[in-house]
Amino acid sequence: MTGSQHQDGMETQSADTGDGWRQARVTIKNRLGMHARPAMSFVDLANAMASDIRVGKGEQEVDGKSIMQMMMLAATQGTELVIRAKGHDASDALKKLSDLVDRKFDEE
Amino acid sequence: MKLCDFVVKEAVVASLKASDRDDVMRELVDALIAAGAAPKGLRDELVNLIIDREKKGSTGFGKGVAVPHVKHAKITKMSATIGLSQHGLDFNALDKQPVYSVVLLMSPEGKPDEHLQAMENIFTNLQKDQFRKFLKQATAVEEVMDLLQEADNQQIPG
Repeated sequence: MTGSQHQDGMETQSADTGDGWRQARVTIKNRLGMHARPAMSFVDLANAMASDIRVGKGEQEVDGKSIMQMMMLAATQGTELVIRAKGHDASDALKKLSDLVDRKFDEE
Repeated sequence: MKLCDFVVKEAVVASLKASDRDDVMRELVDALIAAGAAPKGLRDELVNLIIDREKKGSTGFGKGVAVPHVKHAKITKMSATIGLSQHGLDFNALDKQPVYSVVLLMSPEGKPDEHLQAMENIFTNLQKDQFRKFLKQATAVEEVMDLLQEADNQQIPG
C-alpha cells in the first residue's frame, strides 16, 4: 500500500533489485559520523518498520535493526551506505531512513 | 586499530566495587585518572558528561554489555577501560537485562573518525558470543588483557 504513494519527484531514489529487495544509497554527511546516538535513531526508525532492513558499507552488510551491528560499520563522514529493505513497507522504510541520514540525524 | 592500543591495562577493573551505574562511572574514571589516561582536574566534569550522555539514551545496548563514552577537548589520547561486575548492573539497558561488562571510552574532541573506529572494534568483539562470555567470566585483569590480545589476533570465532 505504502509503495504506491505519489511523491512527485521527492521520492528517495530506491531501486528494486529484482529479488524482492529495494535499495537506496546514502552518504553520511554529519561531521561526527554515525556515532551511537545517530545509530540509535536509525535503529529505532528501522525497528518501527515491518520490512527487513540491511545496511551495507563496501563488502560488509549488517542488520539495520541491531544497534550493536550498526556500530560495527564505523560510518564516518563521507561514508556511502547502501540501505536495503524487504517487506510491504520497504519503499516507505527506505525513504524515511534515507531522510534521516540526509538530515544529518537532526544533530547539526 | 587494536583493542590493546587503547584499552589501558592499569585502568581495568576486574571486579567493580560500585553496584550503581553512576558510581561505576566514577570508579572507572578514577581508574583511568590513576593510570594517567586523563587529567585529575577533569574528574567531575568527565563523570558528569558520561552520566548526562547515559541519561539521553542508555549505552547498555543489550546482551549484558554497556559502552559509555565521552569526548573532551582536554583528552589528548583516546583511551578505554573495562569494568566487570559479578552481580550485574542496572543500566536501563535496551533489553532491560543487567550489565556485566562495561567498556568506557574517552576520546579527544576533534577526532570523530578515530572514535568510530574504536567503537567498531569494540562492537565487532562484543557482538561475538564467545568474547562476551569470556569477558563476563574473567576475574583478573590479566585474563581480560589476554582475551583482548586474542581478539586483536582474531583468535575468537563468531
